[in-house]
Amino acid sequence: MIISQLGYYSLIFGLLTSIFIFFNSSIQLKKNNSVISNKTTGLIGFQFFFVFVSFISLIYSFIISDFSNETVFNNSHTTKPLFYKITGTWGNHEGSLLLWLLVLTGVLLGFIFKSRNEPNNYRLLTTLLHQIIVIGFFVFVLKTSNPFNEIFPVQTEGLGLNPILQDPALGIHPPILYLGYVGTSIIFSAALASMVSNYVNKNWAKNIKFWILFSWIFLTGGILLGSIWAYYELGWGGFWFWDPVENVSLMPWLSLTALLHCVVTLEKRELFKKWTIVLCIITFALSMVGTFLVRSGILNSVHTFANDPSRGIYILTFLLVLVLLSFVIFIIYENKNFTQKSEIFTLSKETAVLINNWFILYFLSVVLIGTIYPIFLDVILDEQISVGPPFYNKLILPFLIPFVLFMSIGPSMKWIKTNFRIGVKSFLVIISTLILSFITVYYIGEKNIFVLLLFIGFFYLLLKSLSQFRDKTKNFAQIFSHTGFSLLLISILLNSFSSKEIVKNIQVGESFILKNEKIIFKKITVEKEKNYETIIGFFEILDEKNKIINLQPEIRIYNEPEMATSEASIKTSLFKDRFITINIIKDQNFFNVRYQHKPFMIWIWISTLIIMLGGSFAIFRKSKEVNI
Amino acid sequence: MLSFFVFKFALEKEKIYSPKIIDNQIYTDFEVQDLIEGKRINLSKVLFGKNFYLINIWSSWCEPCKDESDKLLELKKNTSIMMIGINYKDKKINALNFLKLYGDPFDRVFIDKQGTISINFGAYGVPETFLINEDNKVLKKYIGPLNDEDVYEIKKITNN
Amino acid sequence: MFMKSKRLLIIKILIIFILISFNFKNVAVSSDFSEQQTINITKNLRCLICQGQTIHESNSDFAESMKKYIKSELENGKTNEEIFSSLVKKYGQWIMYDPGISRNTLLLWTLPLLLFLIGGVIIAKKIFRKI
Repeated sequence: MIISQLGYYSLIFGLLTSIFIFFNSSIQLKKNNSVISNKTTGLIGFQFFFVFVSFISLIYSFIISDFSNETVFNNSHTTKPLFYKITGTWGNHEGSLLLWLLVLTGVLLGFIFKSRNEPNNYRLLTTLLHQIIVIGFFVFVLKTSNPFNEIFPVQTEGLGLNPILQDPALGIHPPILYLGYVGTSIIFSAALASMVSNYVNKNWAKNIKFWILFSWIFLTGGILLGSIWAYYELGWGGFWFWDPVENVSLMPWLSLTALLHCVVTLEKRELFKKWTIVLCIITFALSMVGTFLVRSGILNSVHTFANDPSRGIYILTFLLVLVLLSFVIFIIYENKNFTQKSEIFTLSKETAVLINNWFILYFLSVVLIGTIYPIFLDVILDEQISVGPPFYNKLILPFLIPFVLFMSIGPSMKWIKTNFRIGVKSFLVIISTLILSFITVYYIGEKNIFVLLLFIGFFYLLLKSLSQFRDKTKNFAQIFSHTGFSLLLISILLNSFSSKEIVKNIQVGESFILKNEKIIFKKITVEKEKNYETIIGFFEILDEKNKIINLQPEIRIYNEPEMATSEASIKTSLFKDRFITINIIKDQNFFNVRYQHKPFMIWIWISTLIIMLGGSFAIFRKSKEVNI
Repeated sequence: MLSFFVFKFALEKEKIYSPKIIDNQIYTDFEVQDLIEGKRINLSKVLFGKNFYLINIWSSWCEPCKDESDKLLELKKNTSIMMIGINYKDKKINALNFLKLYGDPFDRVFIDKQGTISINFGAYGVPETFLINEDNKVLKKYIGPLNDEDVYEIKKITNN
Repeated sequence: MFMKSKRLLIIKILIIFILISFNFKNVAVSSDFSEQQTINITKNLRCLICQGQTIHESNSDFAESMKKYIKSELENGKTNEEIFSSLVKKYGQWIMYDPGISRNTLLLWTLPLLLFLIGGVIIAKKIFRKI
């Protein structure tokens, strides 16, 4: 009760601090101080502190199940395990926006600390611009999504959390994702500030790269966790559905990836200044578009969130203001502060980066258009269409082949000018690529030449990246992320082509066969847990070597709110996952059993981790020789 | 260019998705099985001789269907409509009990054990009601239980 | 540019050479054709009563019926296209995950490709300006 009030007032104080910082930093800018006053730094600290207190109060309200708080009442229940009480804090609209705010103020604080050696007016301007975003979100939270609304009379029991959200991966998914997603805000503010203060140079690139990598790594991690969750929780063994909500996290990721490559060029060669700034703006704009799409409930997707038009209109207006603001700033300072030199040679790393950006932006446009086109069509012509996996596959896959080829040779190019020669090594790489690809294609029994070409491209990238481990000027960040990326593509391709599945309606005691395996339905038991009842099916798999594997899929019937979920049982091995789910069939004594072989699943997760690891190398290597 | 995008966005707000049906013709050239007698018959032979046909998809396990049965019984009084029930994924015993308990509004009831007949009609699930005319054109389609307004509307159409 | 294209040429030649000498064996796995075909079809259909799932993935009543319906239609000798078009007639284009090319979706398909071309022109200009 009191804690909840504390959270509310803390938020208001946070907003007041923001307004104060805004004016304070504009006054300081006018004075042209050479050092940022401790007061400003302190205020930014306070601002973060207020949001933090507010956030902790909400968590506390969830832990003690304070049902005088509307958010807690709507999303929690006393019988829920402690862990899910805590993760329930951000498993809802209001709480997740508070998390937004927390990250938003947190990154600014981090930025102020990290940028101590950079020009003062640049830091102040960043603070100033960032406050516009912060104030916007404070008002948004307080006006449309206050997490501390009281309800009266006080309820004794809450409505509970959606069972499919009661899951460890999804528990930590939002914070990780938001660190990346909202982290892009500081890139946006800093980019605009650097433009105004004429600071778009090598030094700026070196420093902003930290924040780009920071957002990129966490965003990658967030997407990974989301996929893992979808894989075992949604119950059909998929991990990426081209669902609008997923696309919305992929879009900033793509644009961050492009930006990452671009900013290195800026750092090395002072090229692509304008383009880097544009990418910074686009990245954050995409984050905002995503927030709008997800939070306004305009989408039709697996992930349903609260649906309130006033929220949508607010974010939309706010997004418009930010985009216009950045547009105006860009136009004003575009020609003023940029002296663009352009010496790009056909065979140089600069060209490789350009081509990289070209392809990535194409992929981005495919995802963006695929996501919003149905909405436009619905509004303008009142026609409803679905844009699903076939669309994305058709437009993305063919372009992946040239993309990975460029990606393979790009890193071995030099800045300014490269002289190529095909040595014995590259010849060996090509030969082994072809051999590997043919073996793979033969093994999975795919006759399509296009698939073969995909494999050739992906394996070439893999081997090429691996071969760079022996280079003198090796760059672990790049090698790791490129290796990870090629492994990821290969695993996904193998997974989609050699997944096997069988669906049977059977009774206890019966069995069926998939490939060389026998699946026996042993027995069924019913157990009662704290907040759900569960029906557990016991299955025995006899594999080709007659080894026994036990799988126990469940059907859980949660009581608050009342809902049944199907829990997959998965046995992971190095080369394939065995994945089983059961379902009750209405009015019959059968169970619907779905058994799947999902090859190379674990490699999809591992390769994404390798990609992230690559990113981390780039952060920790500091300012030593960096090539991407 | 980006702001142009955003402007367009502003246009579309508060939209509910309800798929549009391009073709409102129902194709009836398939066999159905009678619930009570168990006989198989081509549906086109059943839809014959009346001005209107009301096809109602129901099931004994479907809760809203129970509330709906009053409305259907009321519509049964209208002689220009032939009432056709499609018993969706049900057990015969339960279905018969349901009709005993809540009243039988149907002239004919057919079994849809697999749910495939409903798909033939273009239905989503239970309960769902189609009002079609003698040319097998869908005049009205109600997803979910009928309410008083729907009944009024059906009466208005069929009494013309 | 010259060197790179030469390099690409070598790769191409190698691919073609091996493609010719390599006989793709038909390793047919699916014993039950209509079963596999049903999966292919249902992967492209939206489960209309679910939240963004395909029919294949969903276990809802609607999806289960749809799977049986499609299997029986296949066994009646219907082609994939016939099944798709009859479903679109009944349920609208909304049910198809592949939007297909039509008047309504022309921009959807061409816009990304157009942007790709524009990007290519800009980059080409940038690269070849100073040589």
